[in-house]
Amino acid sequence: MMDFQMAWRNIWRNPRRTTVILIAVIMGVWSMIFLGALMRGIVAGMVKNGISTLTGHVQIQQRLYPDDPSVVHRIRDPQAVMKILPRVLPPGSRWTFRVRVNAVAANARHSNGVTLVGIDPESEARVSFIGRSITSGNYLKAGDNNDILMGRALAEEFGTHLGQKLILMSQDTQGQIASRAFRISGIFRAEMESTEKHFVFILRGAAQQMLKMDGAVSEVSVVLPHHEQARQVAATLQARLAGKDLTARPWQKALPLLTAYLDLYDNFVLIWFVVVFIAMGFGIVNTTLMAVFERMREFGLLKALGMRPRRIVKGILIEALLLLLCGMAAGNLLGWLSCWGLSFKGIDLSALAQGAEYAGMARVIFPSLWPRDILSANAVVLGLGLLVSLYPAIKAARFTPVEAMMHY
Amino acid sequence: MAIVECEGLSKTYQQGKVTVRALSDVNLSVAAGGFVALAGPSGSGKTTLLNLIGGLDRADAGHITVDGRDYNRLTSSDMAELRLRRIGFVFQAYNLIPVLSAVENVEYVMLLQGVAAAERRRRARRILDDVGLADKYDRRPAELSGGQQQRVAVARAIVSDPSIVLADEPTANLDSKTGEGLLQLMLQMNQVHQVTFIFSTHDRMVMDYARRIILIRDGCVAEDRDKAA
Repeated sequence: MMDFQMAWRNIWRNPRRTTVILIAVIMGVWSMIFLGALMRGIVAGMVKNGISTLTGHVQIQQRLYPDDPSVVHRIRDPQAVMKILPRVLPPGSRWTFRVRVNAVAANARHSNGVTLVGIDPESEARVSFIGRSITSGNYLKAGDNNDILMGRALAEEFGTHLGQKLILMSQDTQGQIASRAFRISGIFRAEMESTEKHFVFILRGAAQQMLKMDGAVSEVSVVLPHHEQARQVAATLQARLAGKDLTARPWQKALPLLTAYLDLYDNFVLIWFVVVFIAMGFGIVNTTLMAVFERMREFGLLKALGMRPRRIVKGILIEALLLLLCGMAAGNLLGWLSCWGLSFKGIDLSALAQGAEYAGMARVIFPSLWPRDILSANAVVLGLGLLVSLYPAIKAARFTPVEAMMHY
Repeated sequence: MAIVECEGLSKTYQQGKVTVRALSDVNLSVAAGGFVALAGPSGSGKTTLLNLIGGLDRADAGHITVDGRDYNRLTSSDMAELRLRRIGFVFQAYNLIPVLSAVENVEYVMLLQGVAAAERRRRARRILDDVGLADKYDRRPAELSGGQQQRVAVARAIVSDPSIVLADEPTANLDSKTGEGLLQLMLQMNQVHQVTFIFSTHDRMVMDYARRIILIRDGCVAEDRDKAA
């Protein structure tokens, strides 16, 4: 107890210096937690975007479809898959069947390559973004065989609007060009402009009819209650689909670029922690060394009184511990407050939308606090903080009493 | 019975490129219960001799035995233990721990010895009462006068019943009245507790109080005068 009392008083002998090092620790911990949470938020947004932009947690497709997403590679017997899903998927899972092929969209003045998506409006709304993204007009419903949904950015590019016609052209299952006119019944807005430009939605039945698919679909998209289940569920599905020439892929495989980003971000968080700590560590060593040299006579006295070197080390480490704990407590609180403050409106990156989109980031970032990151940040600061304090502590303990007491 | 015995003690220091011979072939013996002054001009080697006797530094040659312990046979850890339990120190600059109160400064030595908290507090208060600081328990060193700080230092030196107290110029920073008060206090401790006191000093008053004066000059014992003899 007296050791802690003495250490506490010692660290406040020079309040200005202690305040400076406390600020360094607080800023270090805060930046580790807050910027870590922002990075996690970016990643969470990317994953959410990726999954809700028609990927889902697990995709079931014809084996060759991922490499050649054409109408040729289709699931010819969706009913067989339909029977398996309720038995294999965890409770709370949702799924939808889609037609998804490359097509050309054209009006009187423009034409563009798009992805034609034939959907079941009800089940699709529970799986992807489209059900909640209509900003003008109406979402599709059964019987809207002539209606099409297009993105705001594509509509602007085409100079078209609700009620206008849009022609879709694609290759049908017989290798012929199929084309059909649709009326624009809804305009959607997505997180990313590229999504608005890339996808047009019609009813699945209309797409199957246009492409002569005879009830076949391009893919089944599954959303699970927790995205950590994706790999395991995909593996189970794959086993159950054996012999059907189908493949079940988790989102990590369906979105390899995003998966690579996630790995990169994990490493980046670690590198960030180390960089922050190195800056902070120099501050801690420097300040502790100053404090040690300033009190060298005192350490000499303590040694003269019979204090063992390891007790001097212990005393300095207790001082470092108290400083670190104070800084960590304030840093954690500040980090949590910053995240809480941003949890309502997030950080709007609209001004940087194109650059951010390139990386698949959401327009608005919400910080995401992970207990693991908080623990890691605190463990890094505490563990390495004590470790770097060992140097001045050992230095103080190594002086002989006479050397130390002659020190000015 | 001798509590301190030095035989053929030599010590040199390196000051830059110059080697300074601080002590040369010093032989002396101090009996238990003595009140001894090591006198001599500045740089004569008296503080070096005190440091060697206190085990704060090691001799280049010769033997020191304190309280029956031969320093040449002791490890650094043994020396620390000896200083902790058998030797008390009083320094010219008081050297109290500034963040601790008077009573805590006295207690601290006992903390290092592993004495229980309540016992520490009881003994520290009693010894502070003895040195006349009964109303100053909770004062920090900065709130005490020089004489009071040196009294706390004396209390700290004798609180754990050492065999010997080494005092390096204890009156040098005090006015003559305060210095005399301190000397009377140490003499009283010497008589009451039978603690051996060895001072390094060039203060005439300390030499007046000492029962034996060992004059050190150029690192050698130049004169050894026992007033009782």
